[in-house]
Amino acid sequence: MARQVTKQRKIGMTVLAWAVGLLIFFPILWTFLTSFKTELTAISIPPQFMFFDWTTENYSTINSQANYFHFMANSIYLALGSTLLGLLFAIPAAWAMAFSPTPRTKDILLWMLSTKMLPAVGVYIPIYLLFINLGLLDSRFGLIVVLFLINLPIMVWMLYTYFKEIPVDILEAARMDGASLRQEITQVLTPMAVPGIASTVLLNVILAWNEAFWTLNLTTTDAAPLTAFIASYSSPQGNFYAKLSAASMLAIAPILVVGWFSQKQLVRGLTFGAVK
Amino acid sequence: MSIKVCLRAGAALGALVAVTVSATAQESTTITVGTVNNSDMVRMQGLTSDFEEKNPGITVNWVTLEENILRQRVTTDIATNGGQFDVMTIGTYEVPIWAKQDWLAPLDQLGDSYDMDDLIPSIRNALSVEDNLYAAPFYAESVLTLYRKDLFEEAGLEMPEQPTWDFIAEAAEKTADKDNGVYGICLRGKPGWGENMGFLGNMAREFGANYFDADWQPQFESEGWKNAITLYVDLMTKYGPPGAASNGFNENLSLFGQGKCAMWIDASVAASFVTDPEQSQVPDQVGFGAAPCGTSDCPNSGYNWLWAWSLAVPNGSQKQEAAQKFISWATSKEYTQLVAEQEGWANVPPGTRQSLYENQEYLDAAPFAQATIDAINSADPEPTDDKPYYGLQFAAIPEFQGIGTAVGQQMASALSGSTSVDQALSQAQAIATREMTRGGYIE
Amino acid sequence: MATQNTTKVARAMMAPSVIALLIWMIVPLAMTLYYSTLGYSLYNPISTPFVGLDNYTYFLTDPTFIAALTNTLVLVVGVLIITVGGGILIALLLDQDVYGVNVVRLLVIAPFFVMPTVAALVWKNMMMNPVYGVIGQAMSGLGLAPIDWMTDVPLTSIIIIVAWQWLPFATLILLTSLQSLSADQKEAAEMDGAGALSIFWYITLPHMSRAITVVVLIQTIFLLSIFAEILVTTNGGPGSQSTNITYLVYQQAISFGDIGAASAGGIVAVILANIVAIFLIKAIGKNLDA
Repeated sequence: MARQVTKQRKIGMTVLAWAVGLLIFFPILWTFLTSFKTELTAISIPPQFMFFDWTTENYSTINSQANYFHFMANSIYLALGSTLLGLLFAIPAAWAMAFSPTPRTKDILLWMLSTKMLPAVGVYIPIYLLFINLGLLDSRFGLIVVLFLINLPIMVWMLYTYFKEIPVDILEAARMDGASLRQEITQVLTPMAVPGIASTVLLNVILAWNEAFWTLNLTTTDAAPLTAFIASYSSPQGNFYAKLSAASMLAIAPILVVGWFSQKQLVRGLTFGAVK
Repeated sequence: MSIKVCLRAGAALGALVAVTVSATAQESTTITVGTVNNSDMVRMQGLTSDFEEKNPGITVNWVTLEENILRQRVTTDIATNGGQFDVMTIGTYEVPIWAKQDWLAPLDQLGDSYDMDDLIPSIRNALSVEDNLYAAPFYAESVLTLYRKDLFEEAGLEMPEQPTWDFIAEAAEKTADKDNGVYGICLRGKPGWGENMGFLGNMAREFGANYFDADWQPQFESEGWKNAITLYVDLMTKYGPPGAASNGFNENLSLFGQGKCAMWIDASVAASFVTDPEQSQVPDQVGFGAAPCGTSDCPNSGYNWLWAWSLAVPNGSQKQEAAQKFISWATSKEYTQLVAEQEGWANVPPGTRQSLYENQEYLDAAPFAQATIDAINSADPEPTDDKPYYGLQFAAIPEFQGIGTAVGQQMASALSGSTSVDQALSQAQAIATREMTRGGYIE
Repeated sequence: MATQNTTKVARAMMAPSVIALLIWMIVPLAMTLYYSTLGYSLYNPISTPFVGLDNYTYFLTDPTFIAALTNTLVLVVGVLIITVGGGILIALLLDQDVYGVNVVRLLVIAPFFVMPTVAALVWKNMMMNPVYGVIGQAMSGLGLAPIDWMTDVPLTSIIIIVAWQWLPFATLILLTSLQSLSADQKEAAEMDGAGALSIFWYITLPHMSRAITVVVLIQTIFLLSIFAEILVTTNGGPGSQSTNITYLVYQQAISFGDIGAASAGGIVAVILANIVAIFLIKAIGKNLDA
């Protein structure tokens, strides 16, 4: 009897979960489908769901117009570069805040977040002038630094929250067992910290990948990432839904794939199931 | 090894590198061209190899961006002397302002075979300051009334040679069939100085009103503006499509192409899209009429729109010669010929050269050619006694972008019904007065 | 435990981040403060006279300023309610024993990977367009009049789009927090005869409080400066119905080319954001200590 109820409940929950999941995913699915339509099918009434003549024409048109791989390479470069730089700065800071907190720690954390409050458009011209003087316009290095700086507060925050979850008891237990500081770090702390670091990395790669103000306005050709690629397909003259969809799929596909493959680690990383 | 030797070796190596670099630099120049993602420009990008073959040593880097983003990029870059672009795609609005700021280099190296006198005079004037050409026209447009011949026939209507707004209103009423998804008229509603204000500024002129009077006082509360906007809101509410306040050129193009609009008054370049079977479901049913003029008389002869997307070289560019060579190629007769060979005559960039409109092949391939050239020829953007600024659907002063966009928002607000026409216009007047005062035009 | 030595080490570890952010804060802030006192038009960069506080009066007396301020707050609060509320519900759902939970999780997370501009374009054109958008079509199919989203309910439309983008973030953080709640605790409560609702209220929710605080704080920072979504969909209109402070600053900087006023606007935005932040910290900051 009880089993019956749980089973029914599970089916009910499954249906509900799938409905919610599909509803949230629908715009992306629709974009995916539209990217294989012709421009006229894309705006046909009533909308065609699956049963239309699938065509890859949009993808080949886009490929002949722009060097997608150049933009993609830049996106990867910027996302990874800024994230690595961020880790280098954020891990020690978050570590210190989590394990040797002072009364001011919380203030510093909040102050860090407040550096993100100046709206980018408000400082656009000053920063542009600064970049001209430093010769950093359209350079990947300049952008990596900017992306690193705007995401640093978030990185410190995320890492701090994760590190904070690592129970200090375990450290003390290890010490009782006579572990050296080095053993403490490599054998006890690192394994527990890695999942948190992994999910912070992923979050930052996503944020850097999607950042569309500075990456668009401080680049021209050499350093232009996928946000600039999208900007050449958003609302051109003429019907554009199908081509825009194809360009959008190309722009989000790499990050979507990475995100999906790592989401299991991501969730596991956030739970710390083992230690709790 | 002493430090001295090291230094010397270093210096020698440096010199060697410098020599090599400058030698290669002479052999190959890379120019960066910033352009809009309109189809004519995308086509030009596809033909780059022809230019590079004819001009060995020059390679072209393209930066193709959506209009607003491109404008933001090039404006920032030229105003701060960033030097990121060698060729910029700009319009008739920017050219006089930027030339005055000494931001643009005069185009004096276009070559002997360029035939500058072949450029359509009104366009050439629009891009010249004191007889120097500061930008070369890539394609140009005016305004047309596009209508569905089949729907007009059903309703027993015939498009007059010079329609009036009274006629347009009547036709909209007769052709509208909202229950079957056919709207009598589709017009721009999306706010922006180059979006709804391009159309509304033009419509207001057809009713005899300008943006500013001779003393730079904004005119939004004048009779002409009131009549124009009242009619516009009335027509669109009764016979227009839903969501009109966010419809720009593209949205209307989709609607018209879907056979949902009986009439559409917009940039003449629309004609080539709605007659293209790949873009439109009604390619054979489209008629081209002149833009309507005001109800009682025709105060400004009906044609009040002139725009040319043009190529210019910023003064800050280090590669003036290569940049001008590129412009010369892209706006030449040979380029037109090249596009015709590769993509057909209907796809050549319109509106810039007189010779194109004497070419029978083009006239045969493009049913909208005559209407387009008529419209362009009769549009006169020069300042007059009662209009102190250059421009028709825009006013070529730096403040206009901001004013136009803010006023455009008010018009969209009136169209959506959230404010009345009178309220919207008085708000518009207040906004414009505030800005013009800040700009020092009026007290 | 925090001996003097560890405190020193801790300081040294924090220093690089703190210094980097200090520079990143001070340099733009100082430049913006400087420009905010100049009459600097992008179209006339040669003459930039000192104008004192003129730019501030100009920006603050903008007829749309009050509307923009209200819209900013409505936008932030609206998105927070949807994402935190929806995030808790979806997290609870995904915490259940469900067939194919991994796939469902993927579906829910996906919007976070979509660039803001793409998300806005897709929603505006393919979902919300009253004539050929999917929602409009579905409503016509049901015999309802399609909603003209961008015209009739512009701010709500933007809230929906932004909430769609941030829902995965909230869900993910809340889900992980939920999963760290030990089953023992719940079972113990069940044994005591507590109902599902009271377990949620007295055990689950308090357990998630820190996660909720983190979500609220981080999202607020991003939501205060929402910009791309407005630019792509409504351009702040009709009228000023969907203009927020950031968009107002954008209009000054880009459409008017008025760098002085835009800089003043930037400073005003920073001050407002700090007020919001202080208020938030007062309200929920204690959860961070837990």
